[in-house]
Parts: sequence; C-alpha cells; structure tokens
Amino acid sequence: MRKPIKSIETRHYEERDAFFDGLRRLDRRSFMKIAGISAGIAASKALISPHSFQLIDVASAAPSKPRFTFAYISDTHLYKKELNDRFVRSILRAVDDVNRLDPQPDFVLFGGDLAQLGQKEELDLGKEILKSVKAPVRMMVGEHDWFLDMGEHWRSLFGEPQYSFDHKGVHFVTLMSVNEKDFWTERGMTPMERMQTVAGLDNGLQSRFEVGAAGREWLKRDLAKVDKKTPLIIFSHSPLYKYYKPWNFWTDDADDVQAILRPFENVTVIHGHTHQMLSNRIGNISFHGMLSTAWPWPYAPEGLPSLTVQMNRADPFSNFDGCGDGRFDVLEAGLVDKLYNLWDRNPVTIRSSYLASNGKNDRPAATKLPSY
Amino acid sequence: MNARKTSGIAALAALGLLSLGAAPRKDEAPKHQVPRSKDGDVVIALCDGETTLEVDGVKDPSKIDRKKAQEISNHLMSEWRKKNPNAHWDDPAPVLLANAQPPTPPQATKAPVANQGQSASSNADAVQKKQDANVQAGHTYGAFSARDEALWKASAEQIVQEGHKVFHDAKELGSTVAVSCDMCHPDASNTHPETYPKYQVQLGRVALLRDMINWCIENPVRGKPLAEDDPRMKAMEAYIYAQRKGVKLEYGKH
Repeated sequence: MRKPIKSIETRHYEERDAFFDGLRRLDRRSFMKIAGISAGIAASKALISPHSFQLIDVASAAPSKPRFTFAYISDTHLYKKELNDRFVRSILRAVDDVNRLDPQPDFVLFGGDLAQLGQKEELDLGKEILKSVKAPVRMMVGEHDWFLDMGEHWRSLFGEPQYSFDHKGVHFVTLMSVNEKDFWTERGMTPMERMQTVAGLDNGLQSRFEVGAAGREWLKRDLAKVDKKTPLIIFSHSPLYKYYKPWNFWTDDADDVQAILRPFENVTVIHGHTHQMLSNRIGNISFHGMLSTAWPWPYAPEGLPSLTVQMNRADPFSNFDGCGDGRFDVLEAGLVDKLYNLWDRNPVTIRSSYLASNGKNDRPAATKLPSY
Repeated sequence: MNARKTSGIAALAALGLLSLGAAPRKDEAPKHQVPRSKDGDVVIALCDGETTLEVDGVKDPSKIDRKKAQEISNHLMSEWRKKNPNAHWDDPAPVLLANAQPPTPPQATKAPVANQGQSASSNADAVQKKQDANVQAGHTYGAFSARDEALWKASAEQIVQEGHKVFHDAKELGSTVAVSCDMCHPDASNTHPETYPKYQVQLGRVALLRDMINWCIENPVRGKPLAEDDPRMKAMEAYIYAQRKGVKLEYGKH
C-alpha cells in the first residue's frame, strides 16, 4: 500500500508532538542535549520548531559570560479584560516567559503601550498583571498610555516617564520620546478623539513624535556627569532615528538626540513601538527594536535600515505568530546581544558584533518569507 | 374517387360562401394587368395599379443602373401626377450629396491618448493644442471632458474613503474585541490583494481577497463574516486595492 502523503501541517504537528513526548521522558541534562539536536535539525530543514525560552539560553550561550541580562515585555496594548481577552492572554504568556528565565534577569524592561487607549482600567489592569513579574520592572511610557489624559494616570501609577539609573557600571536613561505638538486644540477634539487619533498608526492628522527641547535639555544635564567611557543604554518608545514618517516610526528631533549621545563610546538604544525585529546602527549608536505581545507590524514600504534582518512575515492564522518578548545580554564592553523570543518560532539572536561590524560579522539567518 | 373530389370542392365552396357572408368585401384592390412587351423588354408597374412603363431595349431588370432607375421612377411619377392633378403632393427636400455618406460626428473635445496620463482621456488638453496630431477621434465613447473625469474620480474616491472608514472602525466591522483591520495593517499594508486568488494553505482551498477579509473579521476581529455583496465588503475591497496602485498583479503568489 502506498504511504499516504502528509500535509505540511500534519508533519508540523507530528514533529511537535514527538518533540514534546520526548521531553517528558528526559532529565534536564538529556533535555538540553535533545534541544540542541532539534535546533540543528530545525535549522537545517528551515522548519519552524517550538522551543521554550530556556532552551535557547543554552543553545546560543555566548562564549564569554555576559555582565548581566535583562528581559523585556513591550507593546501589550491592553483593553479592559471584559472587552478583549486576547491581548490579556498575550501579556500573561510574556510574564510566564520572563518568570521562567533561569537565571532570572536583573530586571524586566516594559517598553511602553501598556494600554490601548490610555484608560484607567486598561493601565490598572496592566499594572496588576506586571505585579506578578518576579524581577523588578522598569517602566517606559508609550503614546497609547499618554494621550487620553496626557499621562496623568500613568504617572500616578509609575512616576515620571523620564529618568535615569546606573546598574553594574552601565548608565541607563529612559526617555519620554512620544511627545507631540498640539494638533487637537485647534480641531476642538475631545480627549478620547485625541487618543484615538494618536492610536491610529496611519492617521496622518497627528504630529510627529519628539523628545522635545525640554527633554533634550534634561538629557544633556543628566549625561554631563557621566564619563564618556561608561556604556550607555537608552530606552525610548519610538525609534530614535528616522525610519518611516507616515507611521511615526520616527522621532522628529532624533538627529539632535543622537548628537547628544555621540561623544560616548558605547551607546545602545532600545525602543518599542515598531512591533518587529528591527536593528540599526548610526555612527557609534546601535538600535534595537522590541517585539510586541499584541500584534506584529509589517515592515514599512520604505526607510528600513539596511542592517535589519527581517523576521519571516507573520502567519495571520496564528494568534501569537510574529509576537513575543525577549532578552538583552549586556556584554563586558557594555554592548548588548539581543534575543528575540518569537512565540511558536525559532528565536533569533542579533549579536552586538553584527551591528558593531556594520554587518560584516555574525549575520543572522535571512528571512525566508519577506513581507509583501 | 370522383365522388370524393366533388365533395371536396363543394366543401370549399361552402367555406367560401360562409366567409363571404361573414365579411363581404365590396372594393377589392384592382388587379394590375401589366402588359407584356412585344420585344421582350422590361415592363415596370407603378403601385397605383394602372400605370406601366416599358423600358426600351432593356431585357434584364438587373442590368438597370442607379441613374436609369431614377429616370424610370421620375417618368412614372410624372405620369401619375398628370392623372391625379388634385393630389396634394409635396416635393421631397432636395437631396444632399453629403447624406450619401455616414454622418460626421462633431469632433471629440478630449480625444483619447494612449499610454499617457491617468486615464484614457488624460492629457487631452495637450492633444487639443496639437490639432494636427494623428489621433483617432470621432467616437462618443471616450469623448468626455476633464469635468467628467473629475466627477468620476470623486465617485471612485468616495467608495475608497468609505472602505477606509470601515477598515479603521472596529464597531463598523462588528468586532467584539475592539480590534480593527488597521491595527495590524496600517495603510492596508501586508494585505497583498494582488496575490489573490491563490491557494490559501491554511484554509485548504483557493481564496479571494474577500475570503481573507472575512477570515480576519471572524478571527482576530472576532465579528460576523460579511456577505460577499455587503457594501462594507465592497468598500473595503476598494480601499485595499486603492492602496496597491501600481503594484504588479501576481495572482497565486505566495
């Protein structure tokens, strides 16, 4: 009798079942071994194979031990839980991921856009969920959190959106980069209309994001006391460069901010907002975009940094595909290796050496399914 | 056999009598007795039932040309008018030579031009300036003005705008989780309408753009699928296609 032809879906589920079945019968040592083997098989076949967060920790362990690590969760876009359970399930999955990390990260960065429409219930729900993160959480604000009440409730929950701190020899700065010039007063918009305008990525009515003159002054003052050899890591919700203006993948005064950061030897900018694998390097500054837990965004039709290795386009039939969380390993030099923990896919690591060499070394695997 | 034939004729006569009795016809049309030509020439009969004309020297009616036919016709007509001096006969309008040709329509003000401008009639002003240009003209179809074009463009734009509205409006889409299309597809990006129809692996069948719109409405948007002729569906298709103007059509692409 002829062997029945199995569909790609059937094969995928069979492989996955076999994989997990094998896992249940293994101790931790063999578990890691099979994880490595399966990663190899998956890579050679270019197949999507499921992995947990910890497996990759082992599989991609850097030759030199990092100085420390921190994880991230970003762009959760929560509605009230009665309205939308889908985004709630996503942030819970991310919280589970970072809580399972072993060893635990030094802290977890929240990358902004906790809420979808800046409403009290949304922000409160987010705060409640983030309480269950075991490691300390560093908060960053996004435009979805801000433009209903201009940050009033967010500040009451999390404090000022712009602050700095030092951690194990690295100077961290969190910027409030999603200020917009007043487009609403003239149009007589209600707070909710203003919020919904900002929430629409392709809504051209709104202004462009900026750190603003006051924010830049604050940054200058903050960095004045920092040694130029000290590694800098900047958190900013919007990318601190100009990628695609119509979608505000953009910071209008990015050039001025970059000028302030230029005298420092090692600068890394980590941003949210773009919901995709995104990497860039301008001069001495490496830029890393974070994944969203809510939904992925397609790559913009133009302006994509040439160093970006795109992620495979998301499967619209999967709730979680193209979403995820991630981790940053801060190396001795102060640069970071970035791990994209893409849900239901192989994770991808972007090494600092890839960006520092302007793409010459350690190029990550190319996308198989580019976006349209 | 004879007896049968006789009875048949009798029956016919009875029928004839019956029909005469039912509708007696007093003035039957006079039978036109066309005389035969001694020389075997063609004889033409006028429709008054009396007047005839022998065409001298012509044996075959098909050999009469247009000019000869006009002469015969004129002659017969003058005969008839002599016989009927009191008939009110209006002379026909003078025949114009030009009417022998198909009428020449007025020249199209905006003649179509190939491969220029946004539509067939775009750039018409430039064409009009070049009156000597060798362009096809003279059809009502395509003879539209810049104003027509502006109106049509506005109409098309209206349905695109309507689609933009639906695409960005979770309520209009019937979402139960406040999710709208633009949240994942800003400017309808990554909707790739140019790749449909195609075999959609996850559905296990060939899908059209509208099938995918409905899939999204049912799943991430969590609403009820729209009927294929729902105005919202039509408008969204219009909006999505409008965003991909100039993109190569590649149905079936994965």
